Amino acid sequence: MTAPTPQAVALFHSVSHALRAEKIAKAAGIACRLIPVPRHLSSDCGVCLRFPLAEQSAIEQSLSNQIDYYEIFPL
Amino acid sequence: MKTIYLDNAATSYPKPSEMIEAMRIFQENIGANPGRSGHGRSIDAGRTLYETREALAKLFHIDDPLRVVLTKNSTEALNIALLGALRPGDHVITTGMEHNSVMRPLRHLESHGIELSVVSSSPQGELDPADLSKTFRKNTKMVVMTHASNVTGTIQPVAEVGRIVREKDGVMFCVDAAQTAGALPIDVEAMNIDLLAVTGHKSLFGPQGTGALFIREGLDKRIAPLMMGGTGSRSEFEMQPDFMPDKYESGTPNTPGYAGLCAGLNLIAKTSLEAIRQKEMSLTARFLDGLGQMRSHVAVFGPNNAARQTAVVSFNIQDVTPSDAALFFEEEYGILCRPGLHCAPSAHRNIGTFPQGTVRFSFGFYNTKQDVDDALTAVGRLAAR
Ligand SMILES: Cc1ncc(COP(=O)(O)O)c(C=O)c1O
Repeated sequence: MTAPTPQAVALFHSVSHALRAEKIAKAAGIACRLIPVPRHLSSDCGVCLRFPLAEQSAIEQSLSNQIDYYEIFPL
Repeated sequence: MKTIYLDNAATSYPKPSEMIEAMRIFQENIGANPGRSGHGRSIDAGRTLYETREALAKLFHIDDPLRVVLTKNSTEALNIALLGALRPGDHVITTGMEHNSVMRPLRHLESHGIELSVVSSSPQGELDPADLSKTFRKNTKMVVMTHASNVTGTIQPVAEVGRIVREKDGVMFCVDAAQTAGALPIDVEAMNIDLLAVTGHKSLFGPQGTGALFIREGLDKRIAPLMMGGTGSRSEFEMQPDFMPDKYESGTPNTPGYAGLCAGLNLIAKTSLEAIRQKEMSLTARFLDGLGQMRSHVAVFGPNNAARQTAVVSFNIQDVTPSDAALFFEEEYGILCRPGLHCAPSAHRNIGTFPQGTVRFSFGFYNTKQDVDDALTAVGRLAAR
């Protein structure tokens, strides 16, 4: 059995921002998905963008200048 | 008797079946509260809103869809812009051709210590930008004007005014595009528009209860929200979010309505704004030509030139009040139009038709040449009585 791919999530100000980020990341060819924010990261009821940890720099690059605020946490 | 709907400036009818279908599909298949819960259908509801922002951004040449605040109509959008941005001691400039959705908030502000200048337009409703440029003061904070009059259809020189405002430091340019969004090209960059208010239910082919406000980057810092409450974002904080668009979007939105608006916007993109404008212009030209033949009995207000107006025509028939005329048109010909002051008493004062008002026929993309010809027959008969 192969170990699961390590994942990370990006947290945004709001769902609108998360949706924008999802569009940008998908357009850049990054496999990602919106999921509810894990409870240990925030008490907020919103969503965050999950992606393979290995894609972190690709995510950061595609979001730069497009989304002002986000935070990335490895899962 | 069939009806002929000539009241598109009030709200467009019929609506495209794609719009009605999109609302049904949202209710049946998604139906969740956007951005509140994190589950798949809540995200899909959020996506519905996002795609609507994106389609609006594309139509008006806005690069960031998150600069688009979804509102219930242009009235709400204008109220956010005017009441949120202007403070006692500020000066604001507007024109003589405004709708009450601009004039009423401004008159309210005027009674609360905001200075107001109203620049008159020509009797055809056209603003001379030179007149406007003379009214700036040191404390001028905003110029707000309609893109086209809902009374006469007169298209205003928005790009020229935008250029004048851009040269003044710290003055915001707010445009009421209720009558033009979806009917005429609008480019917030080329026209230097800082705040653009649109309504969804007219030429954008959306349902009633939808609209939007574009806020240029940086200006949200200067504009307080009118309403505060739940946004789905940052629930752990009891202070209103200070970022776009949540700052101005408290409470569960009209998501099914925006699903419909999005479908309307997609239809505009598919049909092309040029094709829509050409069709509406040719219907207007045909109607104006016909009225021209009845010159001795029918007075036409506004530019009387289809290239310089939207598909809105205001007129009066000699010795017939506008309300009597409208009743005759409906009872005898099934024509639905709007008589009176059209929520714009100041515009009627400007063109000299206050307080009796005018009869307004407003055409839309779904009207036909036959509708125009039937309308001319009806006007001709009433004028000949
Ligand atoms: C020029 C103008 N501004 C604002 C409005 C207000 O639009 P709404 O009633 O959709 O807010 C209208 C339409 O009635 C209008 O014609």
